Amino acid sequence: MKTFNVSNVSLTYPGLYTDQAIIALKGVNLEIKSGDFVVALGASGCGKTTLLNLMAGFMAPTDGDITLGGQQVIGPSADRGVVFQKHALLPWLNVIDNTEFGLKLQGVNRQTRREIATKNLALVGLQEFHRHMIYHLSGGMQQRVGIARALTCDPAMLLMDEPMAALDALTRETIQELLLKVWQLTSKMFFFITHSVEEALFLGSRLIVMSPRPGRITHTYELDFNRRFLEEGNARAIKSSRDFIDMREQILGIIYGDERQSDNPELLNV
Amino acid sequence: MFDLVSKAKPVRPGKIYGAPGDGMSSHISLITALLIFALWLLVTEMGWVKPLFLPSPLAVWDKFMVAMTEGVSNSTLTQHTLASLSRVLGAFLLALVSAVPVGILMGVNRIMRGLFDPIIEFYRPLPPLAYLPLIIIWLGIGEFPKVFLIYLAIFAPMAIAARAGVRSVSTEQIHAAYAMGATRTQVISQVILKAAMPEIFTGMRIGIGVGWTTLVAAEMVAAHRGLGFMVLNAAEYLASDTVIMGIIVIGIFAFAFDLLLRYLEKILIPWKGKV
Ligand SMILES: Nc1ncnc2c1ncn2[C@@H]1O[C@H](COP(=O)(O)OP(=O)(O)OP(=O)(O)O)[C@@H](O)[C@H]1O
Ligand SMILES: [Mg+2]
Repeated sequence: MKTFNVSNVSLTYPGLYTDQAIIALKGVNLEIKSGDFVVALGASGCGKTTLLNLMAGFMAPTDGDITLGGQQVIGPSADRGVVFQKHALLPWLNVIDNTEFGLKLQGVNRQTRREIATKNLALVGLQEFHRHMIYHLSGGMQQRVGIARALTCDPAMLLMDEPMAALDALTRETIQELLLKVWQLTSKMFFFITHSVEEALFLGSRLIVMSPRPGRITHTYELDFNRRFLEEGNARAIKSSRDFIDMREQILGIIYGDERQSDNPELLNV
Repeated sequence: MFDLVSKAKPVRPGKIYGAPGDGMSSHISLITALLIFALWLLVTEMGWVKPLFLPSPLAVWDKFMVAMTEGVSNSTLTQHTLASLSRVLGAFLLALVSAVPVGILMGVNRIMRGLFDPIIEFYRPLPPLAYLPLIIIWLGIGEFPKVFLIYLAIFAPMAIAARAGVRSVSTEQIHAAYAMGATRTQVISQVILKAAMPEIFTGMRIGIGVGWTTLVAAEMVAAHRGLGFMVLNAAEYLASDTVIMGIIVIGIFAFAFDLLLRYLEKILIPWKGKV
């Protein structure tokens, strides 16, 4: 059992136009264990992407420590897969080559990586699109290739930055259910950023709500809607249940509070 | 009035309201070429200009046949052409294997950029004729200095294009590669270089064009064969028919190479402009 630990992490961006530095994150603590599905919600600009970039190792924190299984995170590596908001696939490769790209980099032989990539493409429902070029796919299909690509490297942890923001409701729900199935099968650690409260409640086993200026975690909730879905299999019933809706309103209240504040700088000092 | 609607032809998306200037233009280009040729034929055959200033197309054609069989300036046209082709292509290949890596390294490494930037930016705008004497003094009058002069002219635009191409890669693509276990070398060779390919191809097209432009200057250096030499030699005897014939041959080859590169680009970089 690996544990991913973010302890007392702060990150300050140098000010771009003013001398005033931007404190994007301050004193963030987060522990993720195998089998945790952590979802992050928060007003725009509260530092969610920054936190994900730190966890992936694309940046180093100004202060604090990030460890995976006791080992300091010093840079990106294949044990932390990333799915981006914009797909970030490679347009010169077709679907299957994109999916197996990571294994190719790691020197896995062709037959093995084909097998793994084929399996993961089937998982995201793209078994018939192996030879398609990326630019001949719809946005939702591209995003699914991005997920299959991240899964193919079999990372201990999957980091996702609003991967479904650009998708239609139907594709979104399909992929949500798909992610939960992958989660159930693999007991990977998930860290998932979203703007949709409903999505957050449905997917997460733990929900963190972040607030801006400085970016920090203000609320943490333990959830079990995802397990209920995996047992009962009816997503709509869960999303329209009483406790789901109550929870949704409560969290919306918190986030709206933050959004209002960031729209109205004078209120900041109140 | 519904006729209008039903008669509309199906078109590819973006064809009418999309990309500016879309559609075929080659037939228009062909008409332009034919018109110019007809005008040339007209003014020379009517005797409106003297043959010394502008020989008629028929005289140029005769010269071409003579050059193919008996030869002009001590060699047949085929020999001249082969000599020039090997120089331009040799310089082009040398530039391809050196300018592309240098350009990519300049794009990804600040030390390399600092090192090469002043050199390239300084000599790039200089006319080759200005530094030709230096090259003769340093490298002599053999085959190498001729190729080297053309090489220098091709190197700059190709390196600059490759360097600019590095910017076509998105941060996310690089991040994604690292998060799949890529090393820095793999990121450069498998992501950045690939993403830069469209720009590199543009650089190759500009480069080979510049190569042909520099040909005549290169063959001023004690050449005894080559299209540039043939033209220069003919100019001394005011043989304007040979000059025009040489110009047309150079033009045809330059155009053919550009077409070849465009064709290769279409096959090798089908994703260009689609992402
Ligand atoms: N490269 C950067 N340089 C300077 N400041 C930055 C940079 N990236 C982000 N910031 C600042 O850090 C803060 C947090 O940004 P971040 O992108 O992490 O927010 P976010 O929570 O992901 O927002 P969103 O939900 O809109 O994506 C913002 O105030 C932003 O202005
Ligand atoms: Mg963000």
